[in-house]
Amino acid sequence: MSIEISENLRKKIEEIKNKFPTGKSPILPLLHAFQDELGYISLEVEEEIANIVGVSPVYVREVSTFYSMFNNQPVGKYHIQVCGNITCWLRGYDEIVEYIKKKLGIDIGETTSDGKFTLSRVECLGMCDHAPVMQINGDFYGDLTFEKIDEILDSLE
Amino acid sequence: MSVKILTKHFGIKDSHKINVYMKNGGYKQAEKALKEMKPEEILEEVKKSNLRGRGGAGFPTGLKWSFVPKDTGKPVYLCVNSDESEPGTFKDRHILEKDPHMLIEGIIITSYTIGANEAYIYIRGEYYPQAIRLQEAIEEAYQKGFLGENIFGTGYKLDLKIYRGAGAYICGEETALLESIEGKKGKPRLKPPFPAAVGLYDCPTVINNVETIADIPTIVEKGGEWFASLGPERNGGTKLFAVSGHVNKPGVYEHEMGYPLMKLINEDAGGILDGLKLKAVIPGGSSVPILRAEECDINLDYDSVMKAGSMLGSGAVIVMSEKTCMVKALSRLIHFYKDESCGQCTPCREGTGWMLKIINRIIAGKGRKEDVDTLYYIAKGIMGHTVCPLGDAAAMPVISFINKFRDEFEYYAINKKSMVE
Ligand SMILES: Cc1cc2nc3c(=O)[nH]c(=O)nc-3n(C[C@H](O)[C@H](O)[C@H](O)COP(=O)(O)O)c2cc1C
Ligand code: SF4
Ligand code: FES
Repeated sequence: MSIEISENLRKKIEEIKNKFPTGKSPILPLLHAFQDELGYISLEVEEEIANIVGVSPVYVREVSTFYSMFNNQPVGKYHIQVCGNITCWLRGYDEIVEYIKKKLGIDIGETTSDGKFTLSRVECLGMCDHAPVMQINGDFYGDLTFEKIDEILDSLE
Repeated sequence: MSVKILTKHFGIKDSHKINVYMKNGGYKQAEKALKEMKPEEILEEVKKSNLRGRGGAGFPTGLKWSFVPKDTGKPVYLCVNSDESEPGTFKDRHILEKDPHMLIEGIIITSYTIGANEAYIYIRGEYYPQAIRLQEAIEEAYQKGFLGENIFGTGYKLDLKIYRGAGAYICGEETALLESIEGKKGKPRLKPPFPAAVGLYDCPTVINNVETIADIPTIVEKGGEWFASLGPERNGGTKLFAVSGHVNKPGVYEHEMGYPLMKLINEDAGGILDGLKLKAVIPGGSSVPILRAEECDINLDYDSVMKAGSMLGSGAVIVMSEKTCMVKALSRLIHFYKDESCGQCTPCREGTGWMLKIINRIIAGKGRKEDVDTLYYIAKGIMGHTVCPLGDAAAMPVISFINKFRDEFEYYAINKKSMVE
């Protein structure tokens, strides 16, 4: 089965090929581009990228699974990634993550049944000056409190 | 008042925009370097400056540049390390957000000095808003003619590209970073050969940290001697200190090398949260040995911190109050290194997994007295026996936490509960 590639994605692919013409360098930018558009890296995506770069699909899989940001499975519309590393833990990660779990009714690694939220624990996000911190689809939210979490999550459509 | 180099524009409105940067003298040093200075002259100033790499290892920057072989017939690359994934470290993010043009100006001067016509900024994938800001800054610089062909009419050409990582701490290690740009898994290479000779696409390559490169325009402006004079011997310039944890005002503070640690904590960062007592500090990012409160009366430069038994590393100062359980704190770090091990060396791959199992067992109240020694010996077994320094980075916290807080570890293992909670 092949995938539907939008006009936008097609343009991005061309840009990436021109910008990183050497060897396998286009792979990471392509993985980002496909994930941005389709939400995760499916087998079909791996095959597509393999064709573009001229490597085997299993090579693309090896690379994509090495990097934690690439999802091998669909994730919710909002991917909540809470930092559980040292500074965020010092500043209340345990309570924060419990609160989110309870609020959404899911555990780490799970997605709400409506497909809206996925919850993950991640390592230091480089935002320790605002610990405790989470990232949702690229945007950072720091200095988290229970009230702030309510505000953020309730505002997401 | 400390001298400000890297943070001098941070308070200015729209400091990330090129016209604001230029209004404050920006890109004048790149112009001066390209028009009036020979690469050798710039290299000389950087050597004199005693600038040491801000990415963690503190290697002299001028010396590193001088290793690039001349006339190999191959292109030379500059790769700027913006992976910034060492727990506790967030200083480069502030440069990317508030003064990306200082970084770009540094990249132009550095590339000219080492003879590169192509440069990459490898930025961690999570820094998505920062990558967008940086891309906008790069486009502004192209529009002004500071990047691209015939820069400042000198005939010099430079292309600058962003390469986004995707969530792998190991890609901050310089050879893993190169592998990653080459579209591979980020597994560190055996050294030698060193990247200066065989780097990106097998070509001579210099890899430097964001903060290191952002210092370069000022060294060109004020001279190497001036920069060197700011810090103690062999430790030139200022440093960004990223203070986090149990302090009232976490943040990035810039000071001359050799600034006192306790002053940083008590004055800049506003002292310990809730008026509690200081218990311990990790002075250079999660990979370096921890210091007990009574060992913290030290100055922050590479040599002084080394003398105190730790390392300045990336300048990330993680502060812990008396309420911190050291066993749980260490478990966070072991978890991190286990997750981030690339897996190619047995001691690192297996050792981090074993350590995590043992420390989790202790925390779950199933510990045994001998667990503490076992943890210690596993760490000793990793130390020095791996391809890249991540192995040591995983081992050093374990060894130092146990050396300095052994009673707490043994208490937890025997009594099945934390000594402080
Ligand atoms: C596991 C590991 C992670 C590293 N992460 C980073 C990083 O995120 N940023 C960085 O600049 N250097 C990092 N380094 C250090 C680099 O390997 C390299 O020494 C540095 O980028 C060189 O630049 P400098 O001389 O300007 O410090 C890391 C090293 C190791 C072993
Ligand atoms: S020490 Fe660990 S991270 Fe470094 S190369 Fe070996 S297995 Fe990979
Ligand atoms: S420890 Fe959470 S952002 Fe650094």
